[in-house]
Amino acid sequence: MNRIDLTRFPTINLLLRSRWPQFLIRAITLAGFVFTILAGLFGPVVGSHNFAIIFVWIAWWSALKLFFIPFGGRSWCSICPIPMPGEWMQQRGVFSPTGKGFGLGKRWPKKLRGNWLQAGGFLLIGLFGAVTLTSAKVTAIILFSIIALAFILSLIFERRSFCNYLCPIGGFTGLYAQASPVEVRVKEKQICAEHSEKTCYTACPWGQYPLALKSSADCGLCMECLRVCPSDNIMVNLRPWGSDLGQKAKHNLGDVFLGLVMLASVLVDSAVFLGTWGQLKSAAYEVGSLPWLIFAGVFLIISLGVLPGLYSAAIWGAVRVGSAKTTFRKTLSKYGQVLVPLGLMSWIAFTVSFAFVKFSYVLPVISDPFGWGWNLIGMSGTASIGQSTSWSGWIQILLLVIGLFWSSKVTQQISESKKQALPIVAFSGLFTVSMLWLLIG
Amino acid sequence: MKKEVFARILIVLFIGMVILIFVLGWQKNRNQQTNTIQIHARMPENGGWSITSIAAETNQPINLRLTSDDVVHGFAVGKSDQPTVELIPGEFVETTLLFDEPGTYTYYCTRWCGPNHWRMRGTIEVQGEMAAATNPPPLYLQLGIDIDAPHEAKVTPREPVSPQKGASFAEDLPAYVFEQETYLANSPASVWSRLRAEPDLSALNDGDIWNVVGWIWRENTSPTAIKSGESLYAENCAACHGETGEGDGVMVRDLPIPEAEAHDMYDSHSESSTAGLTRPHDLTDPDHLLGASPALLAGKIIRGGMGTGMPYWGPIFTSQQIDALVSYLHTFVW
Repeated sequence: MNRIDLTRFPTINLLLRSRWPQFLIRAITLAGFVFTILAGLFGPVVGSHNFAIIFVWIAWWSALKLFFIPFGGRSWCSICPIPMPGEWMQQRGVFSPTGKGFGLGKRWPKKLRGNWLQAGGFLLIGLFGAVTLTSAKVTAIILFSIIALAFILSLIFERRSFCNYLCPIGGFTGLYAQASPVEVRVKEKQICAEHSEKTCYTACPWGQYPLALKSSADCGLCMECLRVCPSDNIMVNLRPWGSDLGQKAKHNLGDVFLGLVMLASVLVDSAVFLGTWGQLKSAAYEVGSLPWLIFAGVFLIISLGVLPGLYSAAIWGAVRVGSAKTTFRKTLSKYGQVLVPLGLMSWIAFTVSFAFVKFSYVLPVISDPFGWGWNLIGMSGTASIGQSTSWSGWIQILLLVIGLFWSSKVTQQISESKKQALPIVAFSGLFTVSMLWLLIG
Repeated sequence: MKKEVFARILIVLFIGMVILIFVLGWQKNRNQQTNTIQIHARMPENGGWSITSIAAETNQPINLRLTSDDVVHGFAVGKSDQPTVELIPGEFVETTLLFDEPGTYTYYCTRWCGPNHWRMRGTIEVQGEMAAATNPPPLYLQLGIDIDAPHEAKVTPREPVSPQKGASFAEDLPAYVFEQETYLANSPASVWSRLRAEPDLSALNDGDIWNVVGWIWRENTSPTAIKSGESLYAENCAACHGETGEGDGVMVRDLPIPEAEAHDMYDSHSESSTAGLTRPHDLTDPDHLLGASPALLAGKIIRGGMGTGMPYWGPIFTSQQIDALVSYLHTFVW
């Protein structure tokens, strides 16, 4: 099945099985989180010199899309500090559970399950993005609100309810983790079937049962199941990219909605941040003003109207061509996975277009995080806007073409015929052309 | 359990370290600044200079720590030789000012940061044992020139003026031509009319008289003054008046073109809502410029206003700089 089980390598096995490496990284990211909030609140008001802006929106946001997701799926979730304080309370231990903890441990309301709230959160980020991405104070306040909300929710609800149902980044990462080359699975299904205690399910902060894992979307790669399994029946696999996508993939409408929201967001972000339309930029920035309301309206129409409309039209075409008896609604869900490679590659292309240009801001803000004239690593005052090189444009074109090709391949895999795949491929093609126009011009 | 305790200690330690770095840094930063005045530059729409008045004493250094919170600004002190300090957003730059004469100095922004750029000004009140030097009032006040009145030239040259040719008539000219007062207090057009009325010069044609006037204007300035005027103009005036003086600078391109000679006091005051909302007059228009005396132009520069958005430059330019500017302005029409 062309998988490489990483736990077979003794060193990797030790690193994954021991709680220390992960704990240490999370302790550092937690401290970094606190530091970022302080820098955001008290650092310079000029975005390019504020640690919070540069670190969150340039360094971390780029690393997430260029490194964590494409090479590790939800690997960021495994070291994210946000659920840490809440879990400390829930489990009465920051390192490992030590008995009955605090919190009501309620189950998340059924009506609020799925990706809908995460997609909504992502839309909100988009609507206020121009302010969030440029104001360090707003960034700090949002970071603090997120960790506070996660903490409060973990006292009310069980496990990582915030991560599972609310965190927009969780939704983003989970969606594209389906295309990633990492997965946690059980080795022998029989062993699990015979094991009555389900220690892995009890330990899983994500509420997953490894035996039932079909997709990497909901697994946060925390390795707790690996640690508690008495039969050593969990493996961590390297697998080909896109393994979760295909005929067997389970999909629901929430995934489709999330996928479409992500497509709309990358379009609008590209237009606002990379486009040359000054009026659009100021409209996105003037939150509450009339131009902003228009911008927000157009954004919502694109993400809730135009894109879902075009997608539905493509599905309608596919249903008409198809022979098998299937409902429109089922087909709508089934083709949702096409949006995964399409969106992932577009986000990567979008990131490539600015990450290298803006990376030169990262070292200076580490050198002088509060803007007090420090020079910790001798790099203060060296910030300069990098040059957008010509190969960056070619890489973006290549990435978008790969995205189109990949999503077309997935479309064909799950379609009965080439004819049926055509409307969906046309949708992907139209989206790719729009991205090409926005990124390359 | 030991592991758990150790883990908790680590968490507290890491977060404690981060907070400690922040608190110690904060204090160190504050202590450093006791002798320093920190000024944040912001576009006037965002609040302008964070400090707009500084009290100082002669020969006592003023330590400034400057930064910009939005766009690139410049910090300079008018009528002094303190070099301009460039303020890059988010970066701090330190400078020390020293004044040996008491008086009121104006600091201002030197970068075209926005439509209200020129409003970015602040004052330094320097006290000292010496009495503040009192300068004579500018010439336009001494002569009682109304700088708001229209000053259309009654005559203008029909051909290009050649000061070179004008120089050849120098021997025939009346004595008042060589007095600086004549140049300063009269417009080229009125000097021309006066010379035209001289019976001794009746042999000269109209064009030659204009050549003489051009020569007089050239004699009252120097290439270095014009050069200095040119760079002052480019830095401070061109954004509104345009690089070539046509009144089409980037800052005013959206504004309506003024009606011919609309310097009518009553008009501009009765419609104060439109004050400052027209483009400046075309300085290359001979009708307009040849009717203005150097004293009048200097007055406009010093006082500003005229019912337009023209800033006042009196506290910023030295009188030499203003003279240089005025002589440069006349090169637009010669």
